[in-house]
Amino acid sequence: MNAVLEVANLRVAFANGTQAVRGVSLKVERGETHCLVGESGCGKSVSSLAVMNLLARGATRSADVLRFHDTDLMKLSERHMAALRGDKLAMIFQEPMTSLNPAYTIGSQMAEALTRHRRVSRAKALDRAAELLGRVGITAPGMRLAQYPHQLSGGLRQRVMIAMALMCDPELLIADEPTTALDVTVQAQILRLLQSLQRELGLALLLITHDLGIVARMAQRVSVMYAGEVVESASAEALFAQPTHPYTRGLLACIPIPGASRRDEPLGSIPGVVPRIGPDFQGCGFRDRCAHAAPICAQVAPLQHAAPGHDYLCRLPPDWSAAEAA
Amino acid sequence: MLQFLLRRALLAVLVCLTVLVVSFVLTRLSGDLAISIAGPNATAEDIATIRQNYGLDRPLVVQFLDWAAHAARGDLGSSYLYHAPVAGLIADRLPITLTLGLSGLAIALLVAIPLGILSAMHEGTVIDRGIGLVALIGQAMPSFWLGLVLIIVVGLKLQWLPISGVDTWEGYIMPAIVLAFSAIPALMRLTRAGMIDALASDYIRTARAKGLRTARIVLKHALRNAAMPVVSVAAVQLGFMLGGSIVIEAVFALHGVGYLAWESISKNDFPVVQAVVLFLAIVYIGLTLAADMMNAVLDPRLRSA
Amino acid sequence: MSLRHIAFGLGVLIVGVVLVAGVLAPYIAPHDPFAQDLMQRMIPPEWMDGGSALHPFGTDQLGRDYLSRLLYGARISLLIGTLAVVTSGLIGITLGILGGYFGGRVDDVVMFAITCRLSIPLILVALTVVAFVGSSLTVVVLTLGLLLWDRFAVVARTTTMQVRTLDYIAAAQAAGASRLHILSREVLPNILSHLVVVATLEMALAILLEAALSFLGLGVPPPLPSWGLMIAEGKDYMFFSPWVIMIPGIALFVLVLGINLLGDGLRDMLGAGRRP
Ligand SMILES: Nc1ncnc2c1ncn2[C@@H]1O[C@H](COP(=O)(O)OP(=O)(O)O)[C@@H](O)[C@H]1O
Ligand SMILES: [Mg+2]
Repeated sequence: MNAVLEVANLRVAFANGTQAVRGVSLKVERGETHCLVGESGCGKSVSSLAVMNLLARGATRSADVLRFHDTDLMKLSERHMAALRGDKLAMIFQEPMTSLNPAYTIGSQMAEALTRHRRVSRAKALDRAAELLGRVGITAPGMRLAQYPHQLSGGLRQRVMIAMALMCDPELLIADEPTTALDVTVQAQILRLLQSLQRELGLALLLITHDLGIVARMAQRVSVMYAGEVVESASAEALFAQPTHPYTRGLLACIPIPGASRRDEPLGSIPGVVPRIGPDFQGCGFRDRCAHAAPICAQVAPLQHAAPGHDYLCRLPPDWSAAEAA
Repeated sequence: MLQFLLRRALLAVLVCLTVLVVSFVLTRLSGDLAISIAGPNATAEDIATIRQNYGLDRPLVVQFLDWAAHAARGDLGSSYLYHAPVAGLIADRLPITLTLGLSGLAIALLVAIPLGILSAMHEGTVIDRGIGLVALIGQAMPSFWLGLVLIIVVGLKLQWLPISGVDTWEGYIMPAIVLAFSAIPALMRLTRAGMIDALASDYIRTARAKGLRTARIVLKHALRNAAMPVVSVAAVQLGFMLGGSIVIEAVFALHGVGYLAWESISKNDFPVVQAVVLFLAIVYIGLTLAADMMNAVLDPRLRSA
Repeated sequence: MSLRHIAFGLGVLIVGVVLVAGVLAPYIAPHDPFAQDLMQRMIPPEWMDGGSALHPFGTDQLGRDYLSRLLYGARISLLIGTLAVVTSGLIGITLGILGGYFGGRVDDVVMFAITCRLSIPLILVALTVVAFVGSSLTVVVLTLGLLLWDRFAVVARTTTMQVRTLDYIAAAQAAGASRLHILSREVLPNILSHLVVVATLEMALAILLEAALSFLGLGVPPPLPSWGLMIAEGKDYMFFSPWVIMIPGIALFVLVLGINLLGDGLRDMLGAGRRP
């Protein structure tokens, strides 16, 4: 059986020349959580928007494969894509404060997500909305439905966004840093909710985050992004046990993961900032910040296999760290 | 909300008073009314009589306060020319001006909003530039001249519409179109700017993520938010149109409030002029106030504030 | 060359041509614009039946050469437009900068003044003043100047507010520069690009208003050749000789369009934000 979502060599460029996404490939299976991690600005949001075909005007996308089940999303007309969006394919955005229309009630905005795709009455849709608000942990959902976005806190708005994405029981949910705006207890509640939905509905979840704690807790597979590329992709266990790309190792060093960080590695952030990738950029995007950079890194980095299902994008051999330690 | 409205009402009264004082002083300081009324062949005696009869011999401040006190009670004085109460003169002619202004605004909105939306949806393209150019052309058209050209072409050559007067409703069509012309560019640009902001906003992306159809996204989600400034400016434009209808009424010989004002100005019928200025100022202030309230209805954030 | 450049170029060209025509009117006008010749009344333009090369744009109801009057009319439009903008600019910019810079009570007063100004019915009050004072060029200029400052004030106020918070203003304040110095040397140059755009808009508006006032018989006094007045004088003849209103009307339209195109182009180039 095919993956729910399959992406190969996805590229996005903006009108100002920024190459925000440069060849992202990933797969999300039914019932699986695939985490996309990386620093802020590395292209996570743009990648997910490209999948949904929700990019801002002036952005161009291309891909060798962009498939939802058997449907080629690249060939789909906007009308057919719109029919999928919000129904089988749903997305939660990073910006809870501004993602709801200030002019309409929560109920009205949630209900239309269902009435657009299903033949149900508005009253039925509102019932469904109230039920989902309850499930994402909002008390007195009936009252909330009649309220306007400005009457809700950021945390509540994000939970409304999550509930709204679930109105049609999607098969794939793309969640772009869904818990960043929330406090820790709510965060835990939301993550539990997503896990239980996954069990019940077999939801495929593409979870975008920069929080490795969430990755460790949620992910079956992980793709690490840097400067528009997936630099390492592996199962969650493999990634934490054997991080191979220097960037992944740096990232892991930033946050102590019990049992994953090695004692002899220093804690701390990676020095430097993500470079802006213009149209003429060549070679490995990480080389300016990499302790192992060599002249050859100015050329396109090779895709190597550390193990079956564990790929990374770097000139270094799979066992480079072991060799270095020796 | 109540406090906000009270403050606005107080401000409105203050603005009204200031406008009145300014227009009173401007017009009174600019010449001796008695001489103007008396006409070129009057003797010094005639002028003195007129001055006394009309109370023009009193100090300016007293004249103003007297007038304002009467006006506050709804008594706007009598026309020198018609020897009839000014309020009645205005009321008689108001329907024509109001019909003209409202139909002008309706036409302006019907043209400006779709063009603004279209322009915003195609921002930066040839369509957008073309519509912008149309707005620029509309803005450069002298309205009285446009009126005359329409009279020649549509009225005389094609004989589609009457060239003056409003005996039938068709008589309003040309003047209303000409009046609308002046308001279209501003309304269109505002709609465009508001729609560009709205269409680029995060909540539109949410609406698209829900799979909503383009028409619903544009007309329901974006337009509702872009409409608020348009409502304010539409109210202001209606005020300007009622004031500017003086030119159109002169061109099409419509006997509305504007025509009355023009006539009174040329004939030194001061009480009528003063009353029309007051009337238009009150209408303008009332309209902006109404727009604020309408925005409060449109914007839930203002409603509960 | 994009459409935008073409539009700006067209604006420059139009304004340039009208400017040259106005300035050089005494030298290039074929006739005296005031000279009446009752034997030569209502001669159509050269390109129409009955036209003559002697009067390329024909003659008016008093037999005055239409082209000459048109050329002299350009002077009047530009003169009134420029002087009205200077007057209103002085008033509006001063008020706007004061309100935007000092804020608080000062700003309240400025905002109040702007609201009052907007509540005054423009054409009506202009007409009244001209009617009572008597029509002359000076009166028209002063009346328009005193009435058209609102947009200058609004734009100067908002842009000053934005500029006020910038570092170099704070630095000038810290260095002990006088308020007058800060306002005239630091604030004004930084908001100038926005004001230039407003000036073009106001100039176009002033020219249109002068024409409207003259058309209603309460603007520039006859026999001065204002375009608005030419349309008013031609009105009685327009059914049989439409060109008497077409020629000055088109001149007016083209000049105003040119000024607006110029303003739009300047706004794009100076990055002065959206059209107010
Ligand atoms: N509309 C846009 N126009 C130009 N550049 C953009 C736009 N949106 C995002 N970018 C750029 O694309 C890159 C990736 O952004 P994003 O995907 O939002 O990062 P993140 O991984 O934090 O979600 C950034 O360098 C950002 O500046
Ligand atoms: Mg992001």
